[in-house]
Amino acid sequence: MFTNETAENPASNVHPKRVCDLTRARLLWMYDRMTLIREFEERLKWLVETGVPVGPVHFYTGQEAVAVGVCAAMEPGDWIASTHRGHGHCIAKGVDVRAMMAELYGKVTGTNRGKGGSMHITDVQVGMLGVNPIVGMGTTHAVGAALAAKTLRTGRVVAAFFGDGAASIGALHEAMNLASIWKLPVVFVCENNGYAQATPAEYAIAVRNIADRAAAYSMPGVVVDGQDVISVWEAADVALRRARAGSGPSLIECKTYRYYGHHQGDDPHRYRTIEEENAARAGDCINRLRERLLIRELVGAEDLAAIDDKNRTLLDEAVAFAEKSPLPEVAELYKNVYVSDLEANANGKN
Amino acid sequence: MARTNRELSFSEAINEAIRQEMRLDPTVVVMGEDIAGAAGRAHLGLIDAWGGPLRATRGLITEFGPERILDTPIAEMGFVGAAIGAAMTGLRPIVEIMFVDLIGCCYDQIMNQAAKMHYMMGGQLNLPLVIRIAYGTLGDGRRTYGGGAAAQHSQTLYSVLAHIPGLKVVVPTTAYNAKGLLTAAIRHAGPVIVMEHKFLGSAAKGVVPEEPYTVPIGRAEIIRDGHDVTLCGIGRMTHICLEAAEALEAEGIRAEVVDVLTLTPLDEPTILESVSRTRRLIVVDEDTPTASMARDIAARVADRGFDWLDAPIKTVTAPETPVPFSAVLEAHYVPRSAQIVAAAHELLG
Repeated sequence: MFTNETAENPASNVHPKRVCDLTRARLLWMYDRMTLIREFEERLKWLVETGVPVGPVHFYTGQEAVAVGVCAAMEPGDWIASTHRGHGHCIAKGVDVRAMMAELYGKVTGTNRGKGGSMHITDVQVGMLGVNPIVGMGTTHAVGAALAAKTLRTGRVVAAFFGDGAASIGALHEAMNLASIWKLPVVFVCENNGYAQATPAEYAIAVRNIADRAAAYSMPGVVVDGQDVISVWEAADVALRRARAGSGPSLIECKTYRYYGHHQGDDPHRYRTIEEENAARAGDCINRLRERLLIRELVGAEDLAAIDDKNRTLLDEAVAFAEKSPLPEVAELYKNVYVSDLEANANGKN
Repeated sequence: MARTNRELSFSEAINEAIRQEMRLDPTVVVMGEDIAGAAGRAHLGLIDAWGGPLRATRGLITEFGPERILDTPIAEMGFVGAAIGAAMTGLRPIVEIMFVDLIGCCYDQIMNQAAKMHYMMGGQLNLPLVIRIAYGTLGDGRRTYGGGAAAQHSQTLYSVLAHIPGLKVVVPTTAYNAKGLLTAAIRHAGPVIVMEHKFLGSAAKGVVPEEPYTVPIGRAEIIRDGHDVTLCGIGRMTHICLEAAEALEAEGIRAEVVDVLTLTPLDEPTILESVSRTRRLIVVDEDTPTASMARDIAARVADRGFDWLDAPIKTVTAPETPVPFSAVLEAHYVPRSAQIVAAAHELLG
């Protein structure tokens, strides 16, 4: 299931040219985003464990290569739709971590003015259509965004993230069928982290690879090592180019692993072994990228250390920003229940 | 000059509202099952085979083509979701769910997604989405044998939509307000559900101006003046209220009829103002009674208008049963004018 790349066997599964296709700046951006996601989740975990009431959260730790590999192949104007485990997608697409942290603190400076929390983080300015905790629903919205892109000829493409849990829900299959019959510019990205809460994927899913199901919708389906950001980027790049060219949707299954439980407080050792976890962690996506970059002398250790420092500082700032931000006024409870036509006209939206 | 007395059916009025808004705004698209029909068969000379359950979308594909008139597979969860995603990103979709009985197939999209997007995202996204839904029994109560569409194709069910904060739910009753409310819904920046009664679709005809116009969402209308009792009707029941008002008039009882028109946000002031004058209220609803709009309206008037009332509030609703098949049973299921008259006698007795 996992490709265990070690220091003795660096980057053996990736053709050198693939790395060279990416500019140094793009590779550094990947490292930056992956470590920022990791830092965000580690900081959040610490906050949760010290009793900060941030609501229910689903840590993305371990899966960073998927969000970053896909978003690395996207343009700023492109859209993504996310899952309940969405912090990584948000950060990879460019949502400000300060506004994200403030949202988790329920502050009015949050991405959603404190009315969404972890499971609804949205930032349409950067093309992030929303974390969506009703499993599979985001994929249908992604199809709609792709329909809008095609109808309005904006040239935008859409990535629909979903997990192995969503692979079993009808909404995903309806979304894939619609995308295929209408040849929409959308890429379905399955993050198979092995578990739908405490249900193993091999129990719940009738096929060995979720990507095999692409055949049922006449679209390309590929399985990639989801712990290798370059492999994810490469598959996403191919699929997104195909989408942008008007050739229709694709399905990419990224085999990955979540390091922690389903949500904060879930003990994963009730349904999986420590040996399995260790095997997955041995192929850690950030370590693999770091080693590859260093061994190929694409960057220096000091470049990476500078990024690590910057991201730690950014998270210090994010927590400080969240803590000192104001709470919503009670009047906020009653705002935005209905869309106001006056507001809509004033903002020039839709 | 437009002819002033042109009559259209309810369905034709809906068709005209959609057609005119599509001409005005290139981002308006229509999605649903067999809204055109014969999808992809234009090369065989086959096009526009169906036109939706009320035939309200017939002919649109010939003017706007398959890019804007999107026949969907039978996948309510998928295409309502796609309509939501499209509304989030620049289109103004009008999506059709054939019958309200089918909302179980896409209820999450309506009650968890469309209704709450704007709120839970802190107002950063609008959702200009219209969901048109046919509802109700088709029978006119005059058949003595045969059957209707039975338990899974005849329900009213709008209370489960009106229940969700964030959705506006309108129930037009005439060709005139069907065009005006639908036009208002299409132009609105948030999600609006338009409930279209199957019987009214062909039976309700009336004068409809040719130019585009709106009927405001959120306003009830007093459609018959009276001072003895207020009959508050929803959808087709408004017409049954008018029948009852005629019968009462013959007895010298003057009933006022309020056409609710919008379930959420409900026009409480108009209903309360009427009750303040008539001092008696009967709410008539084709939906089943528990947790219904009828009882919601009754509760609101009891809460805010109790001092005006000279008698208890009455509701006339469908019974607490599924919709039966046999025409004789169905005719008994749907509220009838005689029940309203009897309720008025109780209040005025």
